[in-house]
Amino acid sequence: MRPTLTEIEIAEPGLVVLCGASGSGKSTFARRHFASTEVVSSDQCRAMVGDDETDQTVTAEAFDLLHTIVRKRLEIGRLTVVDATNAKTPDRKALVEIARRADLMVTAIVFDLPLAWCVERNSSRDDRQTPRHAIKRQHETLRRNARRLRKEGFARVHTIGTADELDSVRIVRSRLWCDRRDDVGPFDIIGDVHGCHTELVEMLDRLGYDVAARPVTHPDNRRAVFVGDLVDRGPGVAEVLEVVMSMVDSGSALCIAGNHENKLGRALAGRQVQMTHGLAESLVQLEQRSAAFRDQVAVFVDGLISHYVLDGGRLVVAHAGLPERYHGRASARVRDIALYGDTDGESDEYGLPVRYPWAADYRGDAAVVYGHTPVMAAEWVNNTICVDTGAVFGGELTALRWPERELVSVQAAEVYYEPVRPLDAEPHADDRAHTALDISDVAGKHIVDTSLAGRVTIEAEQSSAALEVMSRFAVDPRWLAYLPPTMAPVATSTRDGYLEHPDEAFAYFERAGVREVVCQEKHMGSRAVVVMARDVGAAEARFGIANEAGGVIVTRTGRAFFAESAATASLLARLRAAAERTGLWDRLGTDWLVLDAELLPWSAKGAELIQDLYASTGAAGTAALSTASKLIAAAAGRGVALDELAARTDERASHLGSFIDAYRQYCWDTDGVEGVEIAPFQILAAHGEVLARRPHAWHLDEIDALIAEAPDVLCRTDRRHVTIDDAASIADVTDWWHSMTERGGEGMVAKPADPVTFNDKGLVLPGVKCRGREYLRLIYGAEYLAPENLQQLRQRSLKRKSSLARREFALGIEALDRFVANEHLSRVHQCVFAVLALESEPVDPRL
Amino acid sequence: MLVSLTSTTPDATDLGFLLHKHPDRVRSVDVGFGRAHVFYPEATPDRCTATLFVEVDSFAASKRRSGRQSLHLGGLEPYVNDRPYAASSMLSVAIGRLFRTALAGTCDARPELVDRPLDLAVELAALGVRGGADVLQRLFQPLGYDVECAPIPLDTEFGDWGDSRYCSVRLAGRHTVRRTLEHLYVMLPVLDDRKHYWIGPDEVDKLMRRGGEWLAAHPESELITRRYLRFGTLAREALARLAEAGEDVDRADRRHDDAEQANERRMNLRELRLDAVMDAVRGAGAGRVADLGCGEGRLLQRLIDEAAVTAILGMDTSIGALERAERRLGLDEMSERRRERVSLAQGSLTYTDERLRGFDVVTLVEVVEHLDPERLDVFADVVFGRAAPAAVVLTTPNREYNVSFEHLGQSGLRHGDHRFEWTRGEFTAWARGVGGRYGYGCEISGIGPDDPQCGPPTQMAVFRRAP
Repeated sequence: MRPTLTEIEIAEPGLVVLCGASGSGKSTFARRHFASTEVVSSDQCRAMVGDDETDQTVTAEAFDLLHTIVRKRLEIGRLTVVDATNAKTPDRKALVEIARRADLMVTAIVFDLPLAWCVERNSSRDDRQTPRHAIKRQHETLRRNARRLRKEGFARVHTIGTADELDSVRIVRSRLWCDRRDDVGPFDIIGDVHGCHTELVEMLDRLGYDVAARPVTHPDNRRAVFVGDLVDRGPGVAEVLEVVMSMVDSGSALCIAGNHENKLGRALAGRQVQMTHGLAESLVQLEQRSAAFRDQVAVFVDGLISHYVLDGGRLVVAHAGLPERYHGRASARVRDIALYGDTDGESDEYGLPVRYPWAADYRGDAAVVYGHTPVMAAEWVNNTICVDTGAVFGGELTALRWPERELVSVQAAEVYYEPVRPLDAEPHADDRAHTALDISDVAGKHIVDTSLAGRVTIEAEQSSAALEVMSRFAVDPRWLAYLPPTMAPVATSTRDGYLEHPDEAFAYFERAGVREVVCQEKHMGSRAVVVMARDVGAAEARFGIANEAGGVIVTRTGRAFFAESAATASLLARLRAAAERTGLWDRLGTDWLVLDAELLPWSAKGAELIQDLYASTGAAGTAALSTASKLIAAAAGRGVALDELAARTDERASHLGSFIDAYRQYCWDTDGVEGVEIAPFQILAAHGEVLARRPHAWHLDEIDALIAEAPDVLCRTDRRHVTIDDAASIADVTDWWHSMTERGGEGMVAKPADPVTFNDKGLVLPGVKCRGREYLRLIYGAEYLAPENLQQLRQRSLKRKSSLARREFALGIEALDRFVANEHLSRVHQCVFAVLALESEPVDPRL
Repeated sequence: MLVSLTSTTPDATDLGFLLHKHPDRVRSVDVGFGRAHVFYPEATPDRCTATLFVEVDSFAASKRRSGRQSLHLGGLEPYVNDRPYAASSMLSVAIGRLFRTALAGTCDARPELVDRPLDLAVELAALGVRGGADVLQRLFQPLGYDVECAPIPLDTEFGDWGDSRYCSVRLAGRHTVRRTLEHLYVMLPVLDDRKHYWIGPDEVDKLMRRGGEWLAAHPESELITRRYLRFGTLAREALARLAEAGEDVDRADRRHDDAEQANERRMNLRELRLDAVMDAVRGAGAGRVADLGCGEGRLLQRLIDEAAVTAILGMDTSIGALERAERRLGLDEMSERRRERVSLAQGSLTYTDERLRGFDVVTLVEVVEHLDPERLDVFADVVFGRAAPAAVVLTTPNREYNVSFEHLGQSGLRHGDHRFEWTRGEFTAWARGVGGRYGYGCEISGIGPDDPQCGPPTQMAVFRRAP
């Protein structure tokens, strides 16, 4: 008699298939042990498609639905329990196949209860009774083929044979072995060691481990993670195993399987393997040790698993790397790909297998650290990095410190093994890594995770509008590391004759708990993002694209400012030279920069708008109102009572005159780039750092230095510093704003001294604009200052605009973060695209 | 905005009776979007002028326009615009309101005046004239007016900006007052050709009422009707908002399309092109066909009618174009069997797209020249590398032929959105290069009359994937 079943262990995530005749207690069991959402039942699916749980005529449709639900749940990694008879092999096979495709394990729980018991339970149901003969048939079928279940692909089969077991059995959920998300490190991930014991010890020492101790530990509880291939080729295989095994044993290290451990394991188990690629050397070295040690090694390598998901899912370590869809999954396929890479049988000129360049297409959130293929230097490609730098071939042993993302290398003492293929012949991730953007990266509804504002949702209609603009007008997306966010105006002023006034800017920051504020002159031009490399080579290296100008100057929707590339080239050349002379390149240790700026005059880019809208309105208005005045005067001369109309018409003419003056301020003649000025106000990013997080004071100082070197093309942004509780500084800035705007200036932008500032409510607006009275005529119309009009305008609502400004700002910074971290182009593009998409939101364009 | 009507037929002050407005008084009426006044700057037996002056409440008007019907110009157009000043459909409304009796042909005090033609002059201080003085002539000359049209400069301080779209206009002719008011009522919105302020289902009735007696005989009646009834085209608000400052994509496209069509209409090039493409599609064995950059679906229509084409995908980057295609093709009304063959999708030629896999033929009719030259490599990768159909049929202008076109933009290209146009040599070199890179053979031919010097107006390449 078999022992009583007390515990059923199931893998989570994974698929659990309940098999049993009607009345065998599956549904009751499922209800007791699983959340209702985890259970997918064939009866429910019947009801969903056909309104009746017992309607056998909709069986095909119901199972279609059931399979779809199971597939979707497994795809996103949810534990799923199928409650159906599952008596016949084909029914179960379909489910096993779905689990296999999702690379998850499938467990069977067989309800092998006595037929009489099932029939008895079934007959006690008031609804949906199954005929006795049907139950009998199910029961027999299942009995007949139950023992085949392992063969059908079920990883575990549990049989419940008695009503007692049914009542008492417990379900134990266990995480997959690869799932170590709870383990947050810090880690030191060490590349392929291949028996280089000397180098390993030096590395551990350098990483701060106490190498004299046994086992080796780290005083700060850092842990080593070995990417596999500890063995073969090198001289100290046994010693390396000794160190690593003891570390893993004591918990001061983790180790995943490499293909070499895999093969060694088979050799130690006495299986027939080819003694190539250094395996023979390993076996010779192990022969010198005791049989007990060899047994330990056999157990150790046998227990190594394919990959680990660590640190909350932010880090994945797999020997040969791993595409995102296999992270945290367990199947023979996953193990194969993790150990050997995705190969399809082809070999290169050195006879080594050609692997699919998975890293080129990698778009995942998790950083993937891997080894397997020796490279000259460890480099981040799309958030993946290979840390096998060929120690055994006379290269280096490399470690990656996590989460610091710092690399540590130890030079190999000698060439222990001649590489089949020279190290520098390893093909780089191919070019598609940079150019291939897929429509699915941007189309439809998207959610972008941002570090500043959490999840930002982009609706399908917004994406659709952005797609047209992006693909018809924007520059090559490889240049677009950033698009600027919109900016909210200050709250509406209640002062007589003002719609916007600095008081409200300071009130906002006071409420937000921000004490130090920088007020910057707002230039009336066109927003411009400058992307430039130090030279063409640097552009090619960083952006994967080169042009004559070595960069681009784009508008806020990503289109090139100048049709002629010579114009961009000439502006960038001057800017580049200025950065050279101030030593900015070297000070920042960068060979590329992204700047946020305003390009002047307005008429350089806005000529069409100025002429079509502003000058046209002015022209029509002047003609109409002057004629009207004349005719009114003539009629009045005849004694018609028109005094009031005459006065009103004069008043309107004067408003129109001010309106014309307002737009004329921002127009001057330019010829190509002659007469064009750039007013940079932020250095957004450079190699290794998103500078947009640095205080504004730093930016303005650096930019002032640039301006001194190129005063003909660069234009200074005047600014004032305000301390919110210092009334004198506020009065001073208010006066400054008045004098600026009365001279025709657009106004100012007030920003927290630190661009990224949080308070207890979240992200503080990165700036609020406060526009001048005269300038606002261009926004609200010539006559907006008439008291009855102003009164109406005061009802404007700023909420959506502020929310939009915050989200777009977060997206912009996210784009830069991803760009600086060398993530896949699509991950950067998604953020940039999202800024553009949000700009299609219906918000009052006057804000 | 204002309009003045002057009669010089003695006794000129009869105009007062006809308009039902006393020459010595002001008549002011609220017209919804502002206040309209009628007064007489001049009233002598020889010469009498009535002025209709509308003080538009631009704020009220902008509120009305913020609904879904407006096409924005840089987003701010609803709030900053010429509507308070330039003669437009609003002036028509004011005419309808203040001169209702005159328009109805009633004059109780002096019924005999109603049908009497007078020497009348209409003066409009600022009238936006779409199509310029030429259109103005075409519209008013056939009606018996002498037309004077003086363009108004955009800004006297910026002389090189040239003239605005407004003219100061004087129309002189001998008509009854009623007829002249009717002419104005219909022609003002037609000339202005902007969004009407009062679009509604009764517009056709209004047009019939005001133009019924003279419109049919007018040589430009089609233009007048089309423009008058131009209901708000699709509200492409999202896109318009995105349209960068001053670049109303829709409007710019329309302008460019006008020029291109004017050039090509003469030789019916569009039809010839579709014929040639269809021949090539048939030659390639038809089957599953994707038309990339399908626009409003002219080729799709042909493909639907071709039985050998089993599945059709029309893709365009413009949602607006796709919506128009859907309507043009009448997809809603199509039988299920026909409808099932056709799908429309928004997509872009610079993003790889799984939906493009598995087609036998991909057509690209006058599309490639709308891409920036830097993006051509990505385009080739998307089409030849990833979509990888058995055949690609691609047409593009032959730049050499442009010498024989009248309407070319500043760039010397046929369409303002063309980023380049290839000579025959350039096209052949590009096509061979792409074919070589992706394993396609290519055959180049011409569409349209083959000029001995310049070649044909359109060139076509048919690529076939090497087996």
